[in-house]
Amino acid sequence: MKPKVILGMSGGVDSSVAAALLKDEGYEVIGITMQVWPDKAPDALEVEGGCCSLSATLDARKVCDMLGIRYYVLNFKEVFEDKVIKYFIDEYFKGHTPNPCIMCNKYIKFGELLRRAESLGAQYVATGHYAKIEYDDDLKRYLLKRSNDSRKDQTYVLYNLTQYQLAHTLMPVGNYRKDMIRKIAEDLGLKVANKPDSEEICFVPDNDYGNFLKTREPDKIKPGFFRDTEGNILGRHKGIIYYTIGQRKGLGISFGKPMFVLDIIPETNTVVLGDDEHIFSDTLYASDLNYIPFDTLKESMEVTAKIRYSAREAEAVISPYNQDSVKVKFKEPQRAITPGQSVVFYKGDIVIGGGIICKKDIA
Amino acid sequence: MGKIVYMDNSATTPTKSEVLEEMKPYFTEKYGNPSSIYSLARETKAAIEKSREKVAKVLGANPDEIYFTAGGSESDNWTLKGIAYANQNKGNHIITTKIEHHAVLHACEYLEKHGFEVTYLPVDEYGLINLDDFKKAITDKTILVSVMFANNEIGTIEPIAEVGKICKDKGIYFHTDAVQAVGNVPINVKKMNIDLLSLSAHKFYGPKGVGALYIKKGVKINPLIHGGGQEGGRRAGTENVPGIVGLGKAIELAGESMDSHIERLTKLRDKLIGGIMKIPYSKLNGHPVKRLPGNVNVCFRFIEGESMLLLLDGMGVCGSSGSACSSGSLDPSHVLLAIGLPPEIAHGSLRLTLGDFTTEEDVDYVLGLLPKFVKRLRDMSPLYEEFIKKGEESCTAKK
Repeated sequence: MKPKVILGMSGGVDSSVAAALLKDEGYEVIGITMQVWPDKAPDALEVEGGCCSLSATLDARKVCDMLGIRYYVLNFKEVFEDKVIKYFIDEYFKGHTPNPCIMCNKYIKFGELLRRAESLGAQYVATGHYAKIEYDDDLKRYLLKRSNDSRKDQTYVLYNLTQYQLAHTLMPVGNYRKDMIRKIAEDLGLKVANKPDSEEICFVPDNDYGNFLKTREPDKIKPGFFRDTEGNILGRHKGIIYYTIGQRKGLGISFGKPMFVLDIIPETNTVVLGDDEHIFSDTLYASDLNYIPFDTLKESMEVTAKIRYSAREAEAVISPYNQDSVKVKFKEPQRAITPGQSVVFYKGDIVIGGGIICKKDIA
Repeated sequence: MGKIVYMDNSATTPTKSEVLEEMKPYFTEKYGNPSSIYSLARETKAAIEKSREKVAKVLGANPDEIYFTAGGSESDNWTLKGIAYANQNKGNHIITTKIEHHAVLHACEYLEKHGFEVTYLPVDEYGLINLDDFKKAITDKTILVSVMFANNEIGTIEPIAEVGKICKDKGIYFHTDAVQAVGNVPINVKKMNIDLLSLSAHKFYGPKGVGALYIKKGVKINPLIHGGGQEGGRRAGTENVPGIVGLGKAIELAGESMDSHIERLTKLRDKLIGGIMKIPYSKLNGHPVKRLPGNVNVCFRFIEGESMLLLLDGMGVCGSSGSACSSGSLDPSHVLLAIGLPPEIAHGSLRLTLGDFTTEEDVDYVLGLLPKFVKRLRDMSPLYEEFIKKGEESCTAKK
């Protein structure tokens, strides 16, 4: 019998081509679109794009029909609300800037979806991520490696994968460059070949997270004071959730010189502002760690590290700090190290692991 | 694909070949517009009237009280909006139930936005409304009562004649959505004091896209679709002649075979229910007896209905979780929540609805699969794992 794979499909080009590639490799592929966020009001207009919109499920369904594979839309709303949306909201109110995609991968795609896949008798889940999974005979471990298209590489959001998850995951597009994927889509006659990449947070309409939080937690957003590093009041802010470390625009006040968000202190509802030079730092601490080539970091290690999805990798040394934390010391100071974002470590093309950036006193 | 075992007859049924044969000439040879005057048109006009008679006969109505529509949802919408707006001088209050089809519920929500008030009657654990609740809900502003004849998800048959009697005494219009009931339960609109009744052909082996609304003579209702003079000027638009012919044939067949249909399906249904109830921690939803003859709706605790459907689909079995109309939204069913199931259990529901083409072999086939699938899904279920650890004491109470 052919090995069975449950493929998470967004309706986009990558997961569509993944379906075709897996089928070619001889898998029995079942396409699934996870319905993750609450239904829109019926009179709301359907916006183009974004995964799990109605048009997205129609696109995915069409691809599966064409390939002759089974396709379902399944309900993941509750677990998504619990593990991703609640987390997303809580983090902002803690003064952090969360990355919900990382939680979605950890708990939804490679958590709940994998569990459902297994209950349906599938050995694997598959996604259209640009990343590679390889088994290393010497280490006797699965490794996560950068995809062949470095610009599209998505390993940053996948650092949480455990050995078990890696052993049960396929990422067929990781061996290709995006232009090749588009070409394959065209050759297959897939309508989605030229669909634009989605880069927004799927459950936040118009990418306006502030408005989303205001709708969800109208009473928790409280105006407060901007202060300088000495504690002097510089002005009033709209609520800490509207700000992120390093932000300059949208502060709503003119200070006569460029001012940046240096820190957000939820306990006192304070946003600390300062000069550009103050937002550089060469050290960070991270917790909620996951390592891939080994279970725990025992001694210091030279790596390259990335402090947000779009950041450039920088040379750093990681070393164990406290029980469940890591200290990351960069060769060059990094701009706007932001609690809540993830730091991900690489050694060459191999993902070493990562964690969530936190303040030193919490680490 | 290999074997197909179709157990979703509440979603739709196949058009019977006798019905299709009857329809065929009206696509090609007998194509005249019934509103025209020549012989070709008289033929189609006559066919429509013949269908009207057949529908009237099965419902115990007069032919001129039958209006053809595009289906159950249209009939429901027409009733709600048409009655509400035609009678707003008398009042603005409507009574319905929490377990209606969305065609009724969403039409009610629409009316609520336009100045009408709606009472949604609760139901008991079997899905039955309480007649005392109902009587108490009536006010001097009540203009319409809409209670479904039989529920599409759990199959519960409501006390329609009793509701009809009360409405008659109070002088309030009574509508019933009988989309699931026609062909499955004997209906007589006069004896049951029904003023309006919705039906849909594809639920009783007729074609999709055609239905009817019975409107008792004298009922004040506005048209939903304005236009030409078809259907007494109350439902404009050139008639769907082949569909109407198909509906007529289908309801005629359903009327003729109702007794044997009910007897056969009830036996199969009870065999399926009996077999499923042997699976631990399973529960029948709906009433054991006051129930559509082909309806089985069960919950398997600790598993998602969706996963069960996928496994069944893999073996060619067509079932549903909740109703076909809401599986796009995948929320726990409003009906299961209304009968008091907690959302996590409502998620584990499975609806299998049997029909004229279901065989005992089909039932045995499904009964052979279900215990294996339930076990497999429970083995993977964190809820079940937790439950086994905690022991059974807290969970058996519900059974």
